Amino acid sequence: MSPIAVTASSAIGHSAPADLNAPVRIGVRNLNFYYGDFLSLKDISIDFFDRQVTALIGPSGCGKSTLLRTFNRIYSLYPEQRAEGEILLDGQNVLSSAVDVNELRARVGMVFQKPTPFPMSIYDNIAFGIRLYEKLPKGELDDRIEEALRKAALWDEVKDKLRQSGMGLSGGQQQRLCIARTIAQRPEVILLDEPTSALDPISTGKIEDLIEQLRTEFTIVIVTHNMQQAARISQFTAFMYLGELVEFGPTNKMFMTPTKKQTQDYITGRFG
Amino acid sequence: MGTLPQHLPVVNPPAWARVRRSRRMADRALKVTCTLFTLLGVAVLGWILVMLLIEGGRGLSLAVFTQTTPGPGSEGGGIANALVGSLILTVLGIVVATPIGVLAGTYLAEYGKGSKLAELIRFVNDILLAAPSILIGLFVYTLMVQPMGSYSGWAGGVALAIIAVPVIVRTTEDMLSLVPGSLREAGVALGAPMSTVIMSISWRAARAGMVTGVLLATARIAGETAPLLFTALNNNFWFKPNLMGGVSNLPVMIYQFALAPYQNWRELAWAGALIITLSILALSIAARLVLKKDKVR
Repeated sequence: MSPIAVTASSAIGHSAPADLNAPVRIGVRNLNFYYGDFLSLKDISIDFFDRQVTALIGPSGCGKSTLLRTFNRIYSLYPEQRAEGEILLDGQNVLSSAVDVNELRARVGMVFQKPTPFPMSIYDNIAFGIRLYEKLPKGELDDRIEEALRKAALWDEVKDKLRQSGMGLSGGQQQRLCIARTIAQRPEVILLDEPTSALDPISTGKIEDLIEQLRTEFTIVIVTHNMQQAARISQFTAFMYLGELVEFGPTNKMFMTPTKKQTQDYITGRFG
Repeated sequence: MGTLPQHLPVVNPPAWARVRRSRRMADRALKVTCTLFTLLGVAVLGWILVMLLIEGGRGLSLAVFTQTTPGPGSEGGGIANALVGSLILTVLGIVVATPIGVLAGTYLAEYGKGSKLAELIRFVNDILLAAPSILIGLFVYTLMVQPMGSYSGWAGGVALAIIAVPVIVRTTEDMLSLVPGSLREAGVALGAPMSTVIMSISWRAARAGMVTGVLLATARIAGETAPLLFTALNNNFWFKPNLMGGVSNLPVMIYQFALAPYQNWRELAWAGALIITLSILALSIAARLVLKKDKVR
């Protein structure tokens, strides 16, 4: 066994084991995705389970971020991008034109690679998402904001400066602010697109701990380039390559006894 | 201190040393030329400012700010009516131009990305940006002054607005284009409709630059003469509380008084020129401060 595989496998077990009886939250059926004429996701079918963390891994350009961006239809901001097939969220096809995209996005939150605090106060950053869909009296709104900041493990650091700009926080704090902003909306699913790749190791550790906490309430899908991270924090792992889903299964099985040779080569660092 | 090592023979400078020398010369020559021409440009500007301060300063008095422009042959007088008129015309122009410019710039940056229509608008806007201002004066003359039968402050305001709009469109688009796309995606990902994302996030992120654009447009139209010659024209009276009829203003006043045979008129023209220059300078400084303050934040 190569040293990398040893490191990866030794990290398994920090997180809870996969719950094989968890209900399906998102079911992807025969999904094809196009950038213009280019087919970048090829006939993907995969299930994401309720209150489990699923990691999408694979080399750059394999389509893992593309797949993530179909769940909240954020790709539809760009006219040349389109998806075909079905993505069932609680049984409803989110790709159907009957679905209100804005409501969908309130149910499926997303955190990006680079922290994206809005140019407003910390308080308003979090109130922004809540105010879109709920009219709350001031006291209740305050409570929701505190709750979100506590869940994002940021409350103690910012409770005395809620009126200051969110842009003044450190990178790691900004990313936790973005997570707080997302969970304040009480979504069902949280999509994380390489949320720690722009952060230092200490901030990364805090975010990973946070993901472990959030799993008890939300279904989480995370794209990561870091296999140790996937091994540490996820219950399920999907390995993608060249727009195809190569292998999917419980994380410990994927890292200890992958069935496909490509998967094994990738997680042992032989390519990618 | 020692003697030269014996084993190193003295030779002529090698080829690379000559190349290095010629490069150093070229470098120095370019640096000196650039500096000289910069000084030349700054010197002209400094000369204008000094002349303005001396000549304009001589003409300044309390009366300049309190009395109206004098008739031919009368003594003294001031330019208070022109000051007030210019202020009103500039404010009118910018109030008309700002919403048009900001919304058009927003269309170009937020909705029109890659569309043919946006490309066309951007092209026409660039032409308008470079259009000779006298043409705009003539255009508004045909459009408003002729049909209405008289020169008017309204026509003057519209002419100034037409000059300000392309400036504001351009700066608004440029500033909004600097807002990272990831910020918009983050807003959209929370379920915000595009209109909310634009008004609450993009505008807010770009506001300092957009305000600067409006201030610079204000500075630009505050000194415009040609478009007012055919529209607001000028008069010697206090501003009446309606904008029909000619409205006194600084640039046209300077134009007419500077060429006049009366000494007191020419002094007032200098004083007006000084005041208008200092106002534009103040606006430009304010615009810079707004941007700087935003960077610090």
